[in-house]
Amino acid sequence: MPEIALTQAPAHVRMGSSIGQPLTRREGVLKTTGAARYAADHHPPGMAYAALAVSSIARGRVVALDVAAAKDHPGVIAVMTPANAPKLALDPDAKLHPFMFRLDVLQNDKVRYANQPIAVVVADTLEAATEGAALLAPRYETEPARVGLDGHERFAPQAVGAGRPAEESHGDVEAGLASASRRIETVYETPGQYHNAMEPHAIVAAWDGDTLTIDTPSQGMAFAQDRIAGLFGIEPTAVHIRSPFLGGGFGSKGLISGPQILGIMAARLVGRPVKLVLQRAQMYGPVGHRAPTRQTMRLGADDQGRLTALSHHVHTATSAFDDFVEPAATVSHALYASPAIRTSHEAVRIDTGTPLFMRAPGEAPGSAALESAIDEMAHASGMDPLRFRLANYADVEPISGNPFSSKALRQCYEQGAERFGWSRRPLAPRQMRDEAGMLVGWGMGTATFPAIMFEGHARAVLRRDGTGIVELGAHDMGQGAWTALAQIAADSLGLDLGRIEFRSGTSDLPDAGIAGGSAHTATAGMAIHGAGADVIARLADLATGDSRSPLFGAGNAGVIARGGRLFRRDNEAASESYADILSRAGRDVIEGHGSGRVDPAAQAAYAMHAHGAVFAEVKVDPDFGQVRVTRLVGAFAAGTIVNPHMVRSQYLGGMIWGVSFALHEQAVTDRRSGRVMNANLADYHVPVNADVPSIEAILVEERDIHVNALGIKGVGEIGVTGTAGAIANAVWHATGVRVRSFPITLDRLIEP
Amino acid sequence: MSLSITLTINGTTRAVALDDPRITLLDLLRERLDLTGTKKGCDRGQCGACTVLVDGRRVNACLALAISHDGAEILTIEGVAQGDQLHPVQAAFIAHDGFQCGFCTPGQIMSAIGMIAEGQAGSDPERVREAMSGNLCRCGAYLGITEAILDAQHAIETSGRKDAA
Amino acid sequence: MNRFEYIRPVTVSEAVAAGAAPGSTYLAAGTNLLDLMKGGVTRPVQLVDITRLPGLDRIEHLEDGGVRIGALVRNADLAHDPAFARRFPSIAEALLSGASAQLRNAATAGGNLLQRTRCAYFYDTASACNKRHPGAGCDAIGGDNRLHAILGWSEHCIATHPSDFCVPMTALDAVVEIEGPQGRRAIPLEQFHRLPGDNPERETVLDRGELITAIRLPPEAAAFAPHARYLKVRERTSYAFAVVSAAAALRFEGDVIAEARIALGSVALTPWRPRSAEATLAGARPDAAAFRHAADAALADARPSGDNAFKIELARRIVVRALTLAAAGTPARMPALPASPFAGVMTHA
Repeated sequence: MPEIALTQAPAHVRMGSSIGQPLTRREGVLKTTGAARYAADHHPPGMAYAALAVSSIARGRVVALDVAAAKDHPGVIAVMTPANAPKLALDPDAKLHPFMFRLDVLQNDKVRYANQPIAVVVADTLEAATEGAALLAPRYETEPARVGLDGHERFAPQAVGAGRPAEESHGDVEAGLASASRRIETVYETPGQYHNAMEPHAIVAAWDGDTLTIDTPSQGMAFAQDRIAGLFGIEPTAVHIRSPFLGGGFGSKGLISGPQILGIMAARLVGRPVKLVLQRAQMYGPVGHRAPTRQTMRLGADDQGRLTALSHHVHTATSAFDDFVEPAATVSHALYASPAIRTSHEAVRIDTGTPLFMRAPGEAPGSAALESAIDEMAHASGMDPLRFRLANYADVEPISGNPFSSKALRQCYEQGAERFGWSRRPLAPRQMRDEAGMLVGWGMGTATFPAIMFEGHARAVLRRDGTGIVELGAHDMGQGAWTALAQIAADSLGLDLGRIEFRSGTSDLPDAGIAGGSAHTATAGMAIHGAGADVIARLADLATGDSRSPLFGAGNAGVIARGGRLFRRDNEAASESYADILSRAGRDVIEGHGSGRVDPAAQAAYAMHAHGAVFAEVKVDPDFGQVRVTRLVGAFAAGTIVNPHMVRSQYLGGMIWGVSFALHEQAVTDRRSGRVMNANLADYHVPVNADVPSIEAILVEERDIHVNALGIKGVGEIGVTGTAGAIANAVWHATGVRVRSFPITLDRLIEP
Repeated sequence: MSLSITLTINGTTRAVALDDPRITLLDLLRERLDLTGTKKGCDRGQCGACTVLVDGRRVNACLALAISHDGAEILTIEGVAQGDQLHPVQAAFIAHDGFQCGFCTPGQIMSAIGMIAEGQAGSDPERVREAMSGNLCRCGAYLGITEAILDAQHAIETSGRKDAA
Repeated sequence: MNRFEYIRPVTVSEAVAAGAAPGSTYLAAGTNLLDLMKGGVTRPVQLVDITRLPGLDRIEHLEDGGVRIGALVRNADLAHDPAFARRFPSIAEALLSGASAQLRNAATAGGNLLQRTRCAYFYDTASACNKRHPGAGCDAIGGDNRLHAILGWSEHCIATHPSDFCVPMTALDAVVEIEGPQGRRAIPLEQFHRLPGDNPERETVLDRGELITAIRLPPEAAAFAPHARYLKVRERTSYAFAVVSAAAALRFEGDVIAEARIALGSVALTPWRPRSAEATLAGARPDAAAFRHAADAALADARPSGDNAFKIELARRIVVRALTLAAAGTPARMPALPASPFAGVMTHA
């Protein structure tokens, strides 16, 4: 497999890097010149184009396809339907583990959701394939679509999210509510949402015998390798995935999707490399989404404004044929102190593509509801929302009673509030107007996201010339992994960034774990750290055991690796270069290996979360209800900041997702057909540049010695949490109208 | 059917044989001319990822039929840098972290270059934001994009004055 | 996209002859047409590329004080034509509030008139739509219709016309110049689009082969320049179709309104010109009561076509605000956020 260049020529790379430096993106030149090749940019010789035909019904079966019409179109090579689709070695509905999601890959004529693939047309040109798919004119046997949260049997799921119990509690919620001097019970609704990465899911698949090479965006290449290998009955090592650049993932590229599998099947069918790229509309079905929720919050507080009970119940939906339940309530266990907290989830089965992890799964909708409810309780208690939150500050994690591994949330509140000017906020709503007469409101929300780790592995090599190689199958979907991980790699080998070669982005390298859960930098970073340490330990053994080395006998004192040299820890005057050590030992290279995974002992003893505080100013037209978020300030603490530049961008991006959650995005499903009626970027609104006039992220210092040796938490998702609630609270503060249904569209704010 | 048109792409004039009148300018660049820097995000003029300059104006290449643009001058992201010398907008996008995943970036940069040429926004960030609202960024790099454009515009003006002097 | 024949005539008469053939469609920028073709909503047999027709890309400021906008003039070029923007500021503002800069650089004036509705059931070929298939029914009725028509709709179609440009153009008595197989004619823009009635598939008064060659504004339209605004309420700050929009233009004699022009957008299948509302303002002083009275008159016949009753009150308020802004005077410079309720209030760097 040819080498993938992740970064531009060294001329651009700044020297002397190490953890903490605000380096610009190492792949910046590639991305700004159009030279970065994303999956769909590949065009191997002989490649054919595949186009999906998707179902317009949500439930039933396909009874006829006009295959002849498609085949008659000039340039069409093949039409893949259940009649001729390659049979798979594993039933795509088999569920061998919870992360194996059922796929619709033309193994039968059933339709389980709208936009489900029902055929693939392969042609010499994209135009022919696309029109061929349109000519199939499917006929269906249609069953009534099950749509929406109501009118279907509810069930208690086995687990929610990535395996958390559907119900969890501590203390006696009913007693807490009964003893409260103030109680609120409110219901919040959040809509279905689609990831809508800018890059549509794409695959270029090429078979060579039973060896498969694919270019496809993946947040989890090892997972994908296993899934593909299982379906096609080949060895995982026979599947070569290249994914150096993802055009955004947000969870939708965490697991290989049905359409990507169909691209591989089509390549097998026609015996040529095949490119299959989803149309934007086709992303509203087979590649996951965030399910709608209805969340019932019951809160009690004493007359000091301290919570006596918190109950968070979630009613959501999963697909008719698979299980993913948005874990929206679990956030309530991590944030506010209360003697009694109970969370519960129930779901209905509807005719939809299976929901999936989407940036801050659970926390995003859950935090929107929780932060709204906390604001309502603060108001009911006659307290400033920040003072109320401080009154309920959790010094230990409520659900476990464990201390936090670190928690600089107070500093987040302080620094965010100071920067925003929160102390000037009038307590009552509808008190502020700007010079143009717009209603002005200020709201806040607390951000939180668990610090987790998966398992990942890395390899490091030190060469005789004193340069290093660090490699692992990590993923950069925009979070800045190529830069941040390279910084960790340089430090791990005690070399300047310019002296190491960082290789990543293919499945042929050690499995770095999935890029999700805000866990990638910690997981891959720790793997790299371990691999570098392994190399240095071997190098130190060579030196300290060699009487010709100035480091001879320093074994007990230990050595420090820095700038390509080892130094005696107790006497830095004694040192030797890596090159000299290797050369004397007659070694060309030293190779080391490392793994990153959570420390179970630390995990049992400590609660691990990142935290933040988000402050929002909105302006609302008093007559039209049109809202603009005119100012956003977020202050976040997430342990070690590997690269402040990238981390700041992650926070800002997350906060903009919060803006989107609060004001813009929602899938509109026709209640009769089950089709998403706004499956496009003109009608499924995400924020545009003009929606974000002023946004700021403060990086609050935090040191965590328990979470992992590098002290890294995670920053990818926390910005979404807190922000949606802060904006909803600001809208209430501006207008006096509490909208409990997201997104807050203007029709909900217009008073008749 | 083969239809021949002439295009000047990134300064090079060439005859392009179109095998199909349905080919959009975007698919021509990406699938036939190996100019894959221009991205397809929605194919419907709703995201701006495919922005290129046609006769100096920024347009959505996905909604332009190639055959209708016979004789046009096209500038794509591949033609913006002068060898190793980045265009000021490109350099500013890197400096301000005006992108994350990078997929919308070629479109953002082409749109920014077109916007600066239009000369309507000046140095007012609000006008820049409005003028750049035809380019969606799902990662949410808007702050860096706006800062980068304001910086680059200033750099271009300054160097223009120097050149004139 | 289906296969089609492509021809590129060089004269208007050639184009009209080709355009009259069954299944023929004119192609200008294609910013709406290609979108529709990619979705299979429209499947033309032949595209007649009119982009090279001579003389249609000019803005002619006429001796009588009117202006003739060639059908191929690009939205951005029209909005940024200094003389045009000075004399017809609400039209420039409407143009700059539409779509994106990229689309405005491509989309043409004539094409703007002919853009199709944004109704999701029209776009979704699996839905019943009387526009696409006369007699098929209308799935927007009983479906998601929060943004649908409140005026002039029928039980056969509740869609709206999405244009911004057409709204102030209708208010200012624009006239559409047409050339067809039967020769040339000109009709008021106000009569160009058709309400759905029993035949929602007939969207304009154009006959087969007829081509818009220009749109003309009469000299009187420029008299409103000091007091002309366009206001557009949207669900995001930019790059969104209107929920409801309004153009308002006033001509004063002393401190009394001599003549008022009002048009509403995204409320009906045509740009909506409430002449009865305009009449209430003739001779009135520009105060809140008068504007509210006019707004009430403008929406007197409005009724919801679904879950969109909010649009009626919203439209009233937009009429009041647009009139208020127009009375206050056209701003010296185009607002940073054209037509936005937030125009000009933001100064953050």
